[in-house]
Amino acid sequence: MDLDVRLPIGLMFSVFGLLLAGFGLVSDPGIYAAHSLGINVNFDWGLVLLAFGATMLLVALRARRARAEDATSRRRPGS
Amino acid sequence: MLIHLGVIDHCLLLVYFAFVLGIGFVVKKGVSGTKDFFESGRALPAWICALGFIGANLGAQEVMGMAASGAKYGIMTSHFYWLGAIPAMVFVAVFMMPFYYGSKARSVPEYLKLRFDEKTRGFNAVTFACMTVMSSGISMYALATLLRSILGWNLHLCIAASGAIVFVYTFTGGLRSAIYNEVLQFFLIVFGFLPLVLLGLKQVGGWSGLTSRLAVVATRNGLAEGAWSHSWKFTGAAQSNPMGVEWFGLAMGLGFVLSFGYWCTDFLVVQRAMAAKDMSAARRTPIIAAFPKMLFPFLVILPGMLAIALTTDGGGGAHFSLPSKGGSLNYDMVVPAMLAHYFPSGLLGLGLTALIASFMSGMAGNVTAFNTVWTYDIYQAYIRPHASDAHYLAVGRAATVAGIAASIACAYTAAKFNNIMDVLQLVFAFVNAPLFATFLLGMFWRRTTGHGAFFGLLAGTAAAAAHHGLSLPAGAEPGIKGGWLSIVGPGVHHYPSEMAQNFWTAIWAFSACFVATVGVSLATKQRKSDEELTGLVYALTPRPREDNVPWHKQPAILGVLVLTLTLVLNIVFW
Repeated sequence: MDLDVRLPIGLMFSVFGLLLAGFGLVSDPGIYAAHSLGINVNFDWGLVLLAFGATMLLVALRARRARAEDATSRRRPGS
Repeated sequence: MLIHLGVIDHCLLLVYFAFVLGIGFVVKKGVSGTKDFFESGRALPAWICALGFIGANLGAQEVMGMAASGAKYGIMTSHFYWLGAIPAMVFVAVFMMPFYYGSKARSVPEYLKLRFDEKTRGFNAVTFACMTVMSSGISMYALATLLRSILGWNLHLCIAASGAIVFVYTFTGGLRSAIYNEVLQFFLIVFGFLPLVLLGLKQVGGWSGLTSRLAVVATRNGLAEGAWSHSWKFTGAAQSNPMGVEWFGLAMGLGFVLSFGYWCTDFLVVQRAMAAKDMSAARRTPIIAAFPKMLFPFLVILPGMLAIALTTDGGGGAHFSLPSKGGSLNYDMVVPAMLAHYFPSGLLGLGLTALIASFMSGMAGNVTAFNTVWTYDIYQAYIRPHASDAHYLAVGRAATVAGIAASIACAYTAAKFNNIMDVLQLVFAFVNAPLFATFLLGMFWRRTTGHGAFFGLLAGTAAAAAHHGLSLPAGAEPGIKGGWLSIVGPGVHHYPSEMAQNFWTAIWAFSACFVATVGVSLATKQRKSDEELTGLVYALTPRPREDNVPWHKQPAILGVLVLTLTLVLNIVFW
């Protein structure tokens, strides 16, 4: 079985992004004042990770569809 | 320094482990023979091999060590990239990959066997196998001690757990699984450390704020103001820059011998390019890898520069300072200390996951290189030559088990006898230093003979050892740091720094190997016919044709582009 590595990468970063952004929404703002110059880095970086993960997933799924279409057209000679 | 992890941090860590193991299990279904297990079926696209290529090299030494050097030496550390990596990566892609990928060799030692003879291959295979196991053991030990010191975790548990995880995914999916995980780890390291740089830069007021603080660091160390923020400007004399090296030693030792020796002959990285689906992809692998590699200084060196700037002049209300050890700053703790300072719970989990990923990618890279060299170049060559493919696959899997077990043994040896590991590492450095001369002559001078290569290597190793024994970095006692031959009589030469001594050891080793290989080759008969050398030597190998290849897929054009960009970076940070 040939795994498209963009799939697990996209999935993992999407999960990371959701977890971080979600935690950013509910966490105590005090931790950001103490660590990250007052910026809610969990929420912000969570969105960045989510965007990257989603892009990877999208690319992987489009490639999969293209491969599937390629295979069907090859199975139907003359089409 | 103890860091407390929250539930969210543990969640991120667990998600990462689940994906790492999951990849191993999914890829396992595609492994049906040795070609799949050791060479990934030679079916991967160039971009995956490229990210695996730097992922395998992006071990803990890179992340933690380069940050430490960034604090210690400033932007001069970028020489390990813009001088000591990119040119060699372009060279291996354009000139050497046609021999590696185009010949029937499945590994670097096997190339030596085809080009020279059995003894040269055996020498390289055995030393390389020992070195990979040791590096992986040291990685394991370093990870375990780090996790113990910052998280309070149990040392034995850390060694066992990291060994078990790497074992599962290299045992099941072989090289492909290792490469896929390296790609994953690559992105994780980028996304895990980037916020650190962004937050640090924001705090110090950008690059100009950083340089003005680094000027204070430099003057306090008795150097000119720009010594931490210029890469070439102060290399006219070894005493005027923090690294203690002058431009010639830097360019020849690091930029030529050490860097070409590593990127062009180390099977750990070359194996990734050899897994590519065709010659064109194999040649593009190191060049595509060079693009992100070029930018890594901003990811791994900047945190160190920020850390030392904030420690020396904690302006901006940073209240950051590097932990100290034995009265001086503990540079190795740059990354963990910065993570603990800037990352709140949540992002901290991501940063730690990235750090652990860097250790594991280094370990897995070594394990996959080890099982291949063991199976092809030691077992198949000397122990059981004509067995079935299924047998060698089983041996490869067993070698994975043995490799990890040996790594664990090494990790415990390192824990017990710190000095023994240092001595062994030194011995391997001696063996490796001259290797590039052997390859250079072997690939570009058809007259080079097997005896020439073998005795050249021995002479180079001996020269490296002798130079080390006769020289000493400033402030060091004779012993592991060098100068041990002074016990038997001769005086020692003093270098301004350990770095300068290392670079010159490499230069001597290379030169001795080069001269001895040429001398012995001229004195001995070439036993290989031109036919046998076709595909192995430049003059006898047809150039790969690139008639209908678009420009963005041509290694030479991409190589020039990479080198131009690197030159620009060198000038900008001159």
